Amino acid sequence: MLSFVAQRVAKGVIVLLAIVVLNFFLIRLAPGDPAVVMAGEAGASDQIFVQQLREKFGLDKPLPEQLFIYVKGIATLDLGFSFRQQAPVSKLILERLPATLLLTLTAFTISLMLGVLFGTFAARFAGTFLDTAITVFALIFYAMPIFWVALMGILLFSVTMEWLPSFGYETVGANLTGLAHVIDVAKHLIMPAMTLGLFFMATYTRMTRASMLEVKRLDFVKTARAKGLSDAVIQRRHVLRNALLPVVTLAGVHSGTLIGGAVITETVFAWPGIGRLMYDALLQRDYNLLLGVFVICSAMVLIFNLITDLVYRLVDPRIEYAT
Amino acid sequence: MKQFWKSMLRSPSGVIGLIILVLAIAVAVFGPLLFPNSPWRMVQRPFLPPFTLATVPLGTDALGRDVFAGMIFGARVSLLVGLVSTLAALIVGVPVGAMAGYFGGKVDDALMRFTEFFQTIPSFALAIVLVAILQPSISSIVASIAVVSWPPVARLVRGEVLSLRTREYVQAAVVTGQSNTWIILREILPNALSPVIVLASLMVATAILLESSLAFLGLGDPNLISWGYMVGAGRTVIRQAWWITVFPGVAILISVLGLNLIGEGLNDALNPRLSREGR
Repeated sequence: MLSFVAQRVAKGVIVLLAIVVLNFFLIRLAPGDPAVVMAGEAGASDQIFVQQLREKFGLDKPLPEQLFIYVKGIATLDLGFSFRQQAPVSKLILERLPATLLLTLTAFTISLMLGVLFGTFAARFAGTFLDTAITVFALIFYAMPIFWVALMGILLFSVTMEWLPSFGYETVGANLTGLAHVIDVAKHLIMPAMTLGLFFMATYTRMTRASMLEVKRLDFVKTARAKGLSDAVIQRRHVLRNALLPVVTLAGVHSGTLIGGAVITETVFAWPGIGRLMYDALLQRDYNLLLGVFVICSAMVLIFNLITDLVYRLVDPRIEYAT
Repeated sequence: MKQFWKSMLRSPSGVIGLIILVLAIAVAVFGPLLFPNSPWRMVQRPFLPPFTLATVPLGTDALGRDVFAGMIFGARVSLLVGLVSTLAALIVGVPVGAMAGYFGGKVDDALMRFTEFFQTIPSFALAIVLVAILQPSISSIVASIAVVSWPPVARLVRGEVLSLRTREYVQAAVVTGQSNTWIILREILPNALSPVIVLASLMVATAILLESSLAFLGLGDPNLISWGYMVGAGRTVIRQAWWITVFPGVAILISVLGLNLIGEGLNDALNPRLSREGR
């Protein structure tokens, strides 16, 4: 187990390094002087700052040396300086990270729980009206762009019914503490988390349903039935447990999409996470910040994939990780 | 072929999907000819609610532009980007997967590590970064979507080729001294086509979603109106004018839904044994 984890971590570090190298070349893909590009669009930066950047990244030196300086900087968590925001990029990102983690993890939990629940129901009552209804809803949610779901949520629950706040992390100026603060944040969290979760819920519903229907046909389920086990026990202990395997794989594959969805969701709901930060960087053409967020997003996906691998091993002890 | 259409038309999702797609293509191709209203021009007073004037059936936006005209012209961008970027992703993904599966060994290892690397990168974040750095235009959008969507194609094709390579008819071709290129192109790929077609139809749907999300964030081609751009523009005035955001969103929803249904229909028709791997 330990060597497996070490191996996976090592692999993750290599991939991260490759992403950093990719990042390095991306800046140079932009038209114009990389120093000016990193400083933001013309007008945002002064000559002194551009000169500083040029010296710092050794932009007058040969390319391999530049790459080395860049990788060394990132290895020490120095993602550069955002001229627009007048702060180090790593500081900006670290400030925003907790809000993004809160949002994505809540959305992930909601989508997985509801998705598996609905998928199980649909499979249990396959061919009935309930199954059709769940399948159709899943198909529709699967086809809705996240930004539009977010806006429709605002239209319905904030503008029309006035149930939920339409933006932000907490009520500005309320200075709530303790439980009242938690409730306040939760109220602000519901809509963004549901918006982000809905698409994934649809995916997990479809996957769980298909997977359960497939496992149901297998021999060991017949054996369990022949042994006289109750239907509830068969569904829960035998079918669902095996049917969850592809769902777990899918959850790992989707972690990147989850982060991408967070960019949109945070933008619409003004949620103060790194997705919103990415959008701000985009609006201001603050490339250094943009690429910094990109590296951190990739790192998050790698960590999430590692966790999925571990969970997979727990769910299915048959899998050997010798290779 | 006849058999294919027969089973495609037997699946209800396939039929509904086909109807939606044909309608969407008709709108994209002929719509702008029938509705010469430019989507950028002011035609009425701003914030005209929908269903008040027959000439501007879906109302106007904050600048008095025709929402309906925007939706018609937007269909072009969405479908074009969806189709072309999928095509581009296939052009990259199919050869990579075919070579990995056919040659195996070190080639396979190298190509698959490369593919996995691209699959690990958060795709939407990469697309944002690429379009922002290359400057938003229809070609940079297509390129970015292609860059983030080819890995599943490569993996799928590799798997198919891997299983076809050991078949007798392929071995026979090897024995008769055919070149590798000929064997891959003429013997193997035609037989690996059906799952690729299913995947491609789903990829067009994803590409349309990606394009609209990019446009929503302000990364659309500044010279072309698109559904995502319209929703993004209507976002700030959603409290006064719901229709500016609602209608283009419905257009996206319907086209993506249609393509997903086609994917399901194709899946049932082309490879019933793979019906689980549609996603």
